[in-house]
Amino acid sequence: MSGESKKAPYRVPIGPNHPALKEPVMFTFEMEGEVVRDVDFAPGQAHRGIEWMGMRRNPVQIVHLTDRICGICGVVHSLSFSLAVEQIAGIEVPERADYIRTIVHEFERIQSHLLWAGVAAHELGFDSLLYLTWRVREEAMDVIENLTGNRVNYGIVQVGGVRRDIVPEQHAIIEKCLATYEGLLDTLLSFFLDDRTIRMRCRDVGVLSRKDAVELCTVGPTARASGVNVDLRQDYPYAAYGDLDVKAVLPDRYLGETHGDVYDRIVVRLLEVGQSCQIIRQCLSEMPAGPITAEEKLVKLLATCKKATGEGIGRVEAPRGECLHYVRMEGKDSPASWKVKASSYSNLMSWIPMLRGSQIADIPIIVASIDPCLSCTDRVAIVQDNRRSILTKDDLHRLSAEKTRRLQG
Amino acid sequence: MKLNALFNRSLWVYHFNSGSCNGCEIEIVATLTPRYDPERFGIKLVGSPRHADVMLVTGPVVHRMKDRLLRVYQQIPDPKLVMCIGACGISGGVFYDSYNLDGPVDEVIPVDVYVPGCPPRPEAIIHGVVKALEKLERLQGVKA
Repeated sequence: MSGESKKAPYRVPIGPNHPALKEPVMFTFEMEGEVVRDVDFAPGQAHRGIEWMGMRRNPVQIVHLTDRICGICGVVHSLSFSLAVEQIAGIEVPERADYIRTIVHEFERIQSHLLWAGVAAHELGFDSLLYLTWRVREEAMDVIENLTGNRVNYGIVQVGGVRRDIVPEQHAIIEKCLATYEGLLDTLLSFFLDDRTIRMRCRDVGVLSRKDAVELCTVGPTARASGVNVDLRQDYPYAAYGDLDVKAVLPDRYLGETHGDVYDRIVVRLLEVGQSCQIIRQCLSEMPAGPITAEEKLVKLLATCKKATGEGIGRVEAPRGECLHYVRMEGKDSPASWKVKASSYSNLMSWIPMLRGSQIADIPIIVASIDPCLSCTDRVAIVQDNRRSILTKDDLHRLSAEKTRRLQG
Repeated sequence: MKLNALFNRSLWVYHFNSGSCNGCEIEIVATLTPRYDPERFGIKLVGSPRHADVMLVTGPVVHRMKDRLLRVYQQIPDPKLVMCIGACGISGGVFYDSYNLDGPVDEVIPVDVYVPGCPPRPEAIIHGVVKALEKLERLQGVKA
């Protein structure tokens, strides 16, 4: 073949259903040989219209809807929604409830990071490690089930507090689980980080520079692996984090350098498992006695919420990064407006610089490396029937001008 | 119970996410991991619908996934079984009043076994697979 190919770059569509993708998303890769020249993706395949439904329900019902925005980060969404509503209605959350929220929140981080580590190992073709990490993950699931009653979609957070207390008998169970993880952490770290294959597949693969990470507003472990020092638990403490000493986990503190590659993302997530164990332990020892909810009677709670007017924002550091809920109440049963910005929404755009120039075989691990959660994100993306609808600045300006004229007329 | 001749070697499952919240997805993968280890009975998750005997459908079938669900269903060779995992695939669940649903699943493709729960526990999913096998035996008669 001659040097200059007359064919346009090959277009490789992947998705929306593909074994490498756990969730529906549509990728279009423009390939040149083995190398990805450009990439476009179309989320929105799992759009369920949750915000629209939420604006027809009352806050107590919405909390259980928020659990089902995402099955992995259930407590994150319900917590962040509750924080927003509590802010509007002026509900003071008892201190003990804050601690219980923090404990469940951190257990969720442990199980989510282990889940991700297993998926990452699977994408690299290291299935024995997938089974190993998922086996140890079950320990966290058992404790979560013991604390909340459910393995997934916990339903423990309610506006004004939590729905279940942690009794002294449960302390021993939690302690046992934490000890297991702390004992296992070194093994896990050495399995992932000292393995030659993983190092070869992940070092300097899917690099996201610090500049790109900041410009694309990435959040959570994806941003931290690129050396951006962001962590809501440290920057804007909520729940009990104000009393705890949480420092963002950055790869250079462990390895002495930051590459911003897939390997660094593994480091950050695994170290955060250890960090979560410490946080839970600290919570258990400092947890004050007292009530677990500001208002036990749901009818009374609903009446308080109904009277509330104003707007509130709940921000929570999800396992994947910052999760934001904006709520506006106007003295009615249901919120006048509810907007969710999940962490993956901020992280998705980082796929483009990561994937550009990488090899086709690296696509699965790079896509997985930001821990995408599309069920979280797909409430918001607008994609029309696989047609690319990219609006240029001129188009946007024209639309904006037209709308102004329409409103005037 | 005895396994049908067509299924007695192994049962390969294909998982289709029709817009679920991920809860059922993790529980399906958790089912396949060492704690429950159904692979010792030959139950295995496969990447292609053409290799599959059973299709696990999760999620309430959002508008954009309906066509894909039908296409994937047609690609699975006969005899095939469909298991609907999770409350939202059975009835819509918490998403019942959404504007974007074409579901529940049984309005799009025929469903053999329903596994309720939001999400169902791994034990429930395994129980569902056993029920599916029993149903198959009833329909075809045991040819052991």
